[in-house]
Amino acid sequence: MDDEDDEELQRALADDIISASEDEGGSDDERKHCKLLEAISSLGGKKRKKLTERSEASIQVSEFTVNAEGEGDKIHLSDLIGTLDKTPSALIKTKKQLKNLQHNQSTLETPLTRKETEKIQREVAFEKTSKEVSRWQSVVLQNQKAEQLVFPLNQEPSGPKRIEQVVAGWKAQTPLEQEIFSLLRMNKQPLHDPVLTPTEEASLRAMSLEEAKIRRAELQKTRVLQSYYEAKAKRGKRIKSKKYHRIQKKVMRKEYLKQFDEMVKTDPAAALEELKKMELSRMKERMSLKHQNSGKWAKSKAIMAKYDDGARKAMQKQLEVNKDLTQKLVIPADEDEEDEEESAETLPDFVNDVEPILDQVNPWMRGKLSTEPMMEESNRLHPPVWPREVGKPGEGRDDQEEDEEQMEETEEESLLRGFEERRKLRQTEDVKVSDDEEAGLSNFTSLFHGLVNHMEPPADQPKAGPGLGQGESPALLEEGLVRVRTLEDVELLSQDISASDTALLTTRDLGTEETDTQSATQQADKKRKKMIDPNEVLTKEAKVIEMPLAPTAVEDVEDKEEQRVIIKEAFAGDDVISDFLKDKRKQEEAGRPKVIDLTLPGWGEWGGLGLQPSRSKRKRFRVKVAPPPPRQDQKLPNIIIAEKRDSSIAAHQVCQLPFPFENPIQFERTIRSPVGRTWNTQNTVQKITAPKVVTQLGAIIEPIAREDLIKDIRQAVTGPSINLESDQGPQKKRRSQQKKKKAS
Amino acid sequence: MFNSIPQKSDPFPGSAPVPEEKLNKFKRGVKGELPPRPQYKLRDVVIRSEAASDLAQKQNARYDLMLPEDAGFLEGDEDEDTCTISQDDIVDAVDITAGAKYFSLTLSQFGPYRLDYSKTGRHLLLGGRRGHVTCLDWQSKQLMCEMNVMETVNDVKWLHSEALFAVAQKKWLYIYDNKGIELHCIRKFNDVLRMQFLPYHFLLATASATGFLQYLDVSVGKEVVAICTKAGRLDVMAHNPHNAIIHLGHSNGTVTLWTPNQREPLVKMLCHQGGVRSVAVDKTGTYMVTSGMDKKLKVYDIRAYRPLQSYFLPAGASCLSLSQRGLLSAATGDIVQVYRDVWGIPVTKPYMAHRAKGSVWGVHFCPFEDVLGVGHGEGFTSMVVPGAGEPNFDGLDANPYRSAKQRQEWEVKALLEKIQPELIGLDPSQLSQVDHSTWEQRHVDRVQVLGFDPLAKEKFTPRLKTKGRSSSGKVEKRKKQVAHEDQRDVIRQTVEDRMKIDKERKEKEKKKAAAAGQKSALDRFRK
Repeated sequence: MDDEDDEELQRALADDIISASEDEGGSDDERKHCKLLEAISSLGGKKRKKLTERSEASIQVSEFTVNAEGEGDKIHLSDLIGTLDKTPSALIKTKKQLKNLQHNQSTLETPLTRKETEKIQREVAFEKTSKEVSRWQSVVLQNQKAEQLVFPLNQEPSGPKRIEQVVAGWKAQTPLEQEIFSLLRMNKQPLHDPVLTPTEEASLRAMSLEEAKIRRAELQKTRVLQSYYEAKAKRGKRIKSKKYHRIQKKVMRKEYLKQFDEMVKTDPAAALEELKKMELSRMKERMSLKHQNSGKWAKSKAIMAKYDDGARKAMQKQLEVNKDLTQKLVIPADEDEEDEEESAETLPDFVNDVEPILDQVNPWMRGKLSTEPMMEESNRLHPPVWPREVGKPGEGRDDQEEDEEQMEETEEESLLRGFEERRKLRQTEDVKVSDDEEAGLSNFTSLFHGLVNHMEPPADQPKAGPGLGQGESPALLEEGLVRVRTLEDVELLSQDISASDTALLTTRDLGTEETDTQSATQQADKKRKKMIDPNEVLTKEAKVIEMPLAPTAVEDVEDKEEQRVIIKEAFAGDDVISDFLKDKRKQEEAGRPKVIDLTLPGWGEWGGLGLQPSRSKRKRFRVKVAPPPPRQDQKLPNIIIAEKRDSSIAAHQVCQLPFPFENPIQFERTIRSPVGRTWNTQNTVQKITAPKVVTQLGAIIEPIAREDLIKDIRQAVTGPSINLESDQGPQKKRRSQQKKKKAS
Repeated sequence: MFNSIPQKSDPFPGSAPVPEEKLNKFKRGVKGELPPRPQYKLRDVVIRSEAASDLAQKQNARYDLMLPEDAGFLEGDEDEDTCTISQDDIVDAVDITAGAKYFSLTLSQFGPYRLDYSKTGRHLLLGGRRGHVTCLDWQSKQLMCEMNVMETVNDVKWLHSEALFAVAQKKWLYIYDNKGIELHCIRKFNDVLRMQFLPYHFLLATASATGFLQYLDVSVGKEVVAICTKAGRLDVMAHNPHNAIIHLGHSNGTVTLWTPNQREPLVKMLCHQGGVRSVAVDKTGTYMVTSGMDKKLKVYDIRAYRPLQSYFLPAGASCLSLSQRGLLSAATGDIVQVYRDVWGIPVTKPYMAHRAKGSVWGVHFCPFEDVLGVGHGEGFTSMVVPGAGEPNFDGLDANPYRSAKQRQEWEVKALLEKIQPELIGLDPSQLSQVDHSTWEQRHVDRVQVLGFDPLAKEKFTPRLKTKGRSSSGKVEKRKKQVAHEDQRDVIRQTVEDRMKIDKERKEKEKKKAAAAGQKSALDRFRK
């Protein structure tokens, strides 16, 4: 009973505390509700044990769940696992750790201040929101970039659709349909024109029975042959006779070379491959010391070599093998050969004549191409034409000198030499062509010219005739025609005559005269560049036009005056030119910036009447202005182009570039083609000047929904883009127009 | 996507290709390089504009005129010159409507006559020196008005439509309507000798005996500018249809080019030794033909100011006129000659010739018709010149068959699209260029305000290196290594190009020489 009383007291206390701590009515109600429940349960007589949840820290721990047995005792954490005594000794370790933990008496950190917690919360919240918002970034960017925005979004174009659209847009929707289609797809059933499945086709394509039989027989045969061959190879491998192997190798080599020769003819690509292999073996050889007479065997042989001929030969053989292998191969690309041939065609023969100087020291180089000087001489005269491949006359001779062993290897060697020779030839050609050819060419051309000149002097002479025929030296000619007047005078005089009816004749004569004199005066012209060349400007060899009808009624008024006018012209001609020149010079002068003279008399020296500032001073204070850009009419003697800028149009021009542009050139390029209807077709104008935003009248424009964003951003946002890139045919255009109509 | 309808494959997929020449015809400017990717906004704009201009070019090429045939010309039989074929022969050969285009009006009382065709080519305006002014629809021969102004008439000109025309009379300039009612007497324009009308600018340019070149804006009736040319009597005048520049011919053999915006000539060309008698400019603004007292006929390329051809006419040419298809008519005394393609291969004979009854005073090709109008001392002759007129007219610009209603509509539109006189210049595309000097000035100002040049490239600052490698000498050296990198690039490129060209040339020469040498080398051993 005491206990119970205590409990009740305590409960009341606890209630008080709770009620004090939380004044909210909600908890009060709860409590009341609990009490009610308790009362009800107590009515039944049997006191049910109640389990209350511990939801928050409170001073009093619920009395029903925990016994207050060892109230005063301290509980160690290690005690809590004491019940697990039966488990092995690993527990002791944990116990220790726990103890240590408890002994560690560092104080807890104080909770963060309100400000700081808020700050952290804000940060976290910001991150979260920015993540949320950044999802829209691409949409915004796309909207900014879009050529045209159509609102409201997700418009279904009204009106009837074309059948293709409807059909193309159809998708399997119901589960049944989906299942069927997945089945069909799994079996690779063709959907469009279901005739045969791929498997059926494959089975059809399979071979017939006879074919299969034949094939099988073939396979069997090859297998048998293979096994035979393998057995043979095994047997051969087991033979210990060195001689046998040597012979075998030689045979193999011969075979191989034959094959290679054939391959060169038939399959150059494969031959190249082989050559590459050779190259590889050469590389390997160069890397290793295998045939360098440095091995154990070679050393022993070296000792023996003094006395034993065979040993010497063996050593030499090895060295030869080395040389053989390290011989550089030139891959005879077919193009090269062709090139050579071409060049042989195009180049003069003396290029080929030149006998390549060969490496006298290198025995490997000494093989083929060296010939007696006699031969060379003859070669130079008659370039010998022999097939490149093998069989040059020098080759056979060399072969005789060579050893028997080498005789056996001739084929391979000859091949190698063939390459080498070709390489050499090419090299020498390159070298010789570069210097010899030029020299030869020049020699030859001079000779040729000499010949030609010798052959046809009479042909040449008349060409030079008009210039030299009159017995004048060119210098004299130049001098005679320096004056400007003469030519014009001649012309004007001719015009005088031409005024009468004989115009035609004289001018024709003039024409020929002019052509003669023009060439002569050209050099003189260079001297006086500044002057207008009337030859060029005014008397540009006028073509005479024949008239079918002669003018009868010459203007009555001018009839008398004509003579006078013509005479006037004759004298006015020069005036016109000189006046014009003067005018031009004046304009040029005006356009030139003036030198500013800033000298002041008397500073640092005597000044006064009759005293000029010193020259050095004047020089120092003269401000030179940068020369203006060259005049537009600089090279047009009969033209004066005003250099003054026309500023009136500036009011209508763009002088400030709109935003993304940085320099005027970029901007000018974008406005280079006009937009208006005068210059473009109707359709183009509509496309080019399409509005940036299109809205439907009366429709509610709602913001973009998040679902749209997730579903398909691009389609939802940009809407129907203006298709400028594709230049459609007329039919398609109509369609797009319709679409546009629907959209707007 | 499921598609159950088996579609036939198109044997010619895509749109039909557009021929290259046609594309070139509508090419405007040069495509530039795209800006680098980091400037993506600019890049977008540029890409879009390029696409738009490509589209425009393609569409224009696709929908270009559907009549690609050549214009027909008179063709003579073998060893028959076309110039010997008379007008009567032609009239006999052609159909009745074409034959009706050859006619002459005998007006011997008030001659000699000057004439002008309206822009559509339907209406003809005649002005006799002794005061007779008449305008008529020459195809239906319907007289619109006829009057005598009782004064010397120097020149007549249609204004923008056939409802108004200007007459330069002895003292003042008068404007009449097509009923012959005097609308204006413009006292500011005195002693006018020649007139030109700039149809897109609504400007009437007049040249007077006192040496004044004046511009009258006929849409508002104001004088735009009066320029004293200081070149004496101005009785030779032409205008360039391409850029609306006025060409004046002077007695000292020069031709000057004028705009209303400058008080000095833009260009002064010395063309003839004697005075200039007549000037004509072709439709495209490429060629100028002049004739002078020195009996020469010259053809110039006025884009480069270079003489192309020079002809000698035994009697000189007093009047010149160029047709839309580039035929040139020149009047020498009482003979009118027509030349074909004077700027191409030098011609030796006229294409056609016709003897008028009196000395010729004015010639003018009729737009959109194969007709040349000749005004002479005894009246007016309309002669048939096959191949002279442009057969394809632009109905929105000048429609010969337009109704009154259409004319009114066109007038309103033309007025709305009127080009301001300030825009006249040698280069009509100047408007599409940025005003560079102002832009540069603005840029300089901006740099001053900002304290740095936002467009300038970043200056190279050499990195600091240790162990004495950043001595001032070394730093300078390093700076020099990177200086003028862009210029160097350009130079390198050009040098490379030149080397390439040189090499190619050398190779060619070598080959040539080799070929020549080889041939003769074999010859050497020949016996």
